[in-house]
Amino acid sequence: MTALPDAARVPVTLVDYGAGNLVSIEQALVTAGAIVHRAERADRIGDPALLVVPGVGASAPAMERLRAGGFEPAILAWVAADRPFLGICLGLQLLFETSDEDQARTLGILRGHTVRLDGAPTLPHIGWNQVERQRHHRAFAGIAPDADFYFVHSYVGDPDDEGVVVARTEHGRRFVSAVARGRLLGVQFHPERSGADGLRLLANVVRIAAEAA
Amino acid sequence: MLCRRVIPCLDVADGRVVKGTRFVDLVDEGDPPELAERYAREGADELVFLDISAAPEGRSTLLDIVERTARRAFIPLTVGGGVRSVDDMRDVLRAGADKASLNTRAVEDPDLVRRCAARFGRQAVVVAIDARRVPATGAIPSGFEVVVKGGRSPVGLDALAWARRVVELGAGELLVTSIDRDGTKSGFDTEQLRAISDLVQVPVIASGGAAGPDDFIAAVRDGGADAVLAAGIFHRREWSIKAVKAAMAAAGLPVRTMAADPGRVLQ
Repeated sequence: MTALPDAARVPVTLVDYGAGNLVSIEQALVTAGAIVHRAERADRIGDPALLVVPGVGASAPAMERLRAGGFEPAILAWVAADRPFLGICLGLQLLFETSDEDQARTLGILRGHTVRLDGAPTLPHIGWNQVERQRHHRAFAGIAPDADFYFVHSYVGDPDDEGVVVARTEHGRRFVSAVARGRLLGVQFHPERSGADGLRLLANVVRIAAEAA
Repeated sequence: MLCRRVIPCLDVADGRVVKGTRFVDLVDEGDPPELAERYAREGADELVFLDISAAPEGRSTLLDIVERTARRAFIPLTVGGGVRSVDDMRDVLRAGADKASLNTRAVEDPDLVRRCAARFGRQAVVVAIDARRVPATGAIPSGFEVVVKGGRSPVGLDALAWARRVVELGAGELLVTSIDRDGTKSGFDTEQLRAISDLVQVPVIASGGAAGPDDFIAAVRDGGADAVLAAGIFHRREWSIKAVKAAMAAAGLPVRTMAADPGRVLQ
């Protein structure tokens, strides 16, 4: 399954802004049919079919590093053009306007804020949990409705617009675990660490991006 | 609902899985990434590598193993043993680990927990607490004392006070090992687990003493553990991960349902 020739692979750019482990997301995307290019600066994004912003940790240092790499205007323009985009974990939270974690001003692509997951029996929320779809999205094609995905976070995105909500998850309270608008998708869980279901989701996202290209 | 995790632990020395002379057959079975991938296929929810390399060059070998594992087993990976600085932690995360576990070095330099959490986020920082039972005293009011260096050196710290302190400093998870029970197959120390899990909000991983599925169930139900770690019973194939998780599910505990083998998903 990893023996695809390069020409048959879908070009994906992974935004590398120093936000931890990129090995697993890179390898998971390759397994899902992508050819992955890491961009450490916005002028090296190139012209991929899909742009992926991964990341764990706090919002303020992440935004600083994104801005230092020139990524903020590049991501805004990419999403404004409705090109395929995947934000994972912190990469989802940064889509909102601000974060309560450190009062960071984030990308403001989606209306709403990143807030602490209050009321949780354990925090950080670490482990496998169900992602309950609120509406159909092709990224979840072929994945069982009660499938578990791996989470590791203490904050969650809280959108103003119910229309962007794709999935919710329960941990003390129900929170938004996937959002979408046009060709943008954001997931709070880590598909690259979610076994077979995570690989299937990434393969779906890569294939959808290739169709749009 | 959040699933209770089952986590196999692999002791790694100089590039091989080791577990004393009793496990010779295992060493011959292949390198750590192969075993890690097998555990992932069998339903492991996470993996822990504990580096016990004696030689300094064991370190770079370990980073290579971490990277090869991260490229094959698409489940979370924690590396413990030998993480002595922010730079050490950066190296294991860059190699493909999701979390690093601090133990002896955190006792010597508690501020290391804060520095690692500030740099990588608290979700990446596990603090391993090895504890044993002692008569309760003024210094150890709970009767659970922290030990380091594989359980040989008491450090005069109360395990409950230490647990509270490292969480304040930035630990995102605690790996609690009962040194009294470790390797004895007499079950987890559920009283110790319960005392710590009631005290902190971060997830607690139980370790030390597993003999069979009933112990895993007790660690969760009586000890309040979010996850249960074991080495020997999986390595020796006394119990499969699948059988342990089936028993937990039958006891009413939430466990992860497995999709197909990752290797076949994309064909």
